[in-house]
Amino acid sequence: MYIIIILIFISILVALSFLIAFLWAVKSGQFEDRYTPSVRVLFDEEKKSEKSNNKK
Amino acid sequence: MSGEKAYINEEVICYHCGDICSDKTISKEDKFFCCSGCKIVFEILEENKLCRYYDFENNPGISPAVRNETKYSYLEDEQTQKQILDFSDGKISTVTFQIPQMHCSSCIWLLENINRLNAGIITSRVNFLQKKLSLKFLSGVTTLKDIVELLDSIGYEPLINLESVEKKKKSGYNKKLYYKIGVTGFAAGNIMLFSFPEYLGLNRNLDSVFGNLFGYLNLLISIPVLLYSASVYYIPAIKALRKKTINIDFPISLGIFVLFFRTAYEILTHTGAGYADSLTMLVFLLLIGKIFQNKTYEALNFERTYKSYFPLSVAIIKSGVETTIPLSNLKKGDRIIVRNGELIPADSILFKGDGNIDYSFVTGESMPVNKVLGEIVYAGGKQVGEAVELEVLKDVSQSYLTQLWNNDTFTKNEGQNVSWFSNMVGKYFTIAVLLIANISTIIWLNIKPEMALNVFTATLIVACPCALALAIPFTLGNILRNFGREKFYLKNTNTIERIAKIDTIVFDKTGTITQSGNSEVRFIGDALDEIDKSLVKSIARHSTHPLSRRVYLEFQDCEHFGISNLKEYAGKGISGNILTSKVALGSYAFVTGSAEGEKNPKDEKSSKVYFGINDVLRGVFLINNSYREGIEKVISELKKKYELHMLSGDNENEKPHLAKVFRNISKLHFKQSPEDKLNYILDLQKKGKKVLMIGDGLNDAGAIKQSDVGISISEDISGFSPACDGILDSENFSQLPELISYSKTGMKIIYMSFVFSTLYNITGLYFAISGSLTPVFAAILMPVSSVSVVLYCVLASNLFAKYRLKRIN
Repeated sequence: MYIIIILIFISILVALSFLIAFLWAVKSGQFEDRYTPSVRVLFDEEKKSEKSNNKK
Repeated sequence: MSGEKAYINEEVICYHCGDICSDKTISKEDKFFCCSGCKIVFEILEENKLCRYYDFENNPGISPAVRNETKYSYLEDEQTQKQILDFSDGKISTVTFQIPQMHCSSCIWLLENINRLNAGIITSRVNFLQKKLSLKFLSGVTTLKDIVELLDSIGYEPLINLESVEKKKKSGYNKKLYYKIGVTGFAAGNIMLFSFPEYLGLNRNLDSVFGNLFGYLNLLISIPVLLYSASVYYIPAIKALRKKTINIDFPISLGIFVLFFRTAYEILTHTGAGYADSLTMLVFLLLIGKIFQNKTYEALNFERTYKSYFPLSVAIIKSGVETTIPLSNLKKGDRIIVRNGELIPADSILFKGDGNIDYSFVTGESMPVNKVLGEIVYAGGKQVGEAVELEVLKDVSQSYLTQLWNNDTFTKNEGQNVSWFSNMVGKYFTIAVLLIANISTIIWLNIKPEMALNVFTATLIVACPCALALAIPFTLGNILRNFGREKFYLKNTNTIERIAKIDTIVFDKTGTITQSGNSEVRFIGDALDEIDKSLVKSIARHSTHPLSRRVYLEFQDCEHFGISNLKEYAGKGISGNILTSKVALGSYAFVTGSAEGEKNPKDEKSSKVYFGINDVLRGVFLINNSYREGIEKVISELKKKYELHMLSGDNENEKPHLAKVFRNISKLHFKQSPEDKLNYILDLQKKGKKVLMIGDGLNDAGAIKQSDVGISISEDISGFSPACDGILDSENFSQLPELISYSKTGMKIIYMSFVFSTLYNITGLYFAISGSLTPVFAAILMPVSSVSVVLYCVLASNLFAKYRLKRIN
């Protein structure tokens, strides 16, 4: 029965990791612009090849 | 798709910008262009294999403005560069530009691939909503000037002005609020999980170890909510207390604190499960309401002053040599050069060149005014045509236009986005609740003293006006969004409340009631040949009358001749000798010399300008009224409920027309300077009126700022508008009465929701006073009341939006 206590702490840890992920996402500015990235993903095909060229 | 000719009604549209091509002479392969500028952009893109630009949207381009070699020479100045760059270490520099022209996904693609046009650019990133472009570039390989010129050449001219440099980096969005929501959401979710045994009544069957563990965990998790997340309510509450007032944040803070301490007491003494779940859920909902209310239109600027339009630097001539100096160093007596399309930064005297000044920034009137040597030109005008030399008469901040901003109105502290209604309620609410709590405690002390504290805290918990605190942000936030759909953009939600309270509306004339540039000119009489046209132009360009100026605009491309014996009679016309003829433009009587014989086709919709040579009538120009569409309807509808006034910077030429529209001559005022307008509003306010001012030009800026609600009307919402509370797209001007009445409806919805939430509170109070408020009951009542009130607000405001606003569309 007391295994539940361990489970509870694990569940809190999991929830905490999500919280930290969210805070990090806010901090890194992912919510700053909620429109442009949605357009940007549609450009990818050509860009990928270009990026790999640039890296070399 | 590409390579296809685009025909619309037989007309060819420009492959680049989508404008209609007036002829088919400018083309490349099978693609047509409206101007050589568009073609050049296409060629640049084609050369660099950037033609995918045209794949994302049809005709996405922007026709570039005419270029001018020295336009950006000021960017070579190191001081100026320092002001513009975000960061530079000598090798790598970063810069952020505001580019109002970006409008589609093709724009994003091109701007993010700009490095293909300039090898010095390392990365470029677009923020579309804020219309910002961030660039990182190698200082050794390219320069700021090169980049700006490149952007300009492909039609994306960055906005570089005094204001953008002075106010760097004002982050529009509130990261802290998101952190707080994250923390509270985490807490609320977990606490609810741990409270489940309590809800289901399983606690009694469980080991007390579990019950206690859950309690301690709940208490622990709710600490950050109390100390961190809910602080957004304590701070305004304390600020208000310092000013000896009570706002709605006070009862909320009180409720939160009492909830927490009662919870802590119950858990630590093992006397109950506490209300940690209600506490966190409440804070979570309140914060969501805050986010919803904080909606802002990032791409729009509501704080503009003249600084948003003035250049960073000016070209001056010092002992025969032209140099560029920052605008702030400009002094009286300096000789400056103003080129085509440049703004005149300070009141000056025209010293050399042919002055042709476009005052559209100041008055909204787009027709350029001709100036001769020695005449004073006012700051804010734009030179059209060849470069002119001016001698500065006044400092930048002391000029006719700019001194308006020295007025107290502009230094006044802006009120925060605080709802007047919620604070009113908050005040009386708090007093009532404290009274009830104290009285019931005293009564319980006499009946059953051990219950007294319980009842006291329960009352404060239940009476927390959370439903109301939610109703206001959700209703107003939703109305703000609905307004946005109607192209009416408000600065913040508080403006809606102020709109609902106005009783007087003041209109500006030029650009608000009248529309610049779209009136149609027809000529009736024998067809004019090139020389006749030139004669008309030559005489019309000297007139200041709006109708003549309109005629002048029609013949802008013609030649013009020198003129002698020029005479202008106010209200009649203008005459002068050109070549060998006496040319006259004006009323029938003025042109022909007698009032008889005027054929009067009763045509109220247009004004007439007669044109004669040597006292012989040649014909008449019919000019359609340039009143905004639907103005009669707007005025007659608003007249029923509001006192209407009109202020115009122009002369009284159009008084008869306007009197017809307004039907009340006494409230039409002409020849008003920007300062007069401001004082007029002030006078109205002193009489206790709540004034809504609608204007467009910088000359209305003072009045708009001073008024209770200042609305700026604009053809291009991301373009020019003075500081205001709201920007209305001019195409929706006829919706104005509906927009105002919708604001009133919004307030009514809030009053109703207040009634609902009070009913909930009374129900809760009954249980609290009778001492039977259980945690489960609180946990149910609180979210149910909050959510139902929010639902009611959102649904009601959307429903009314449908009926009130969609009538026209």
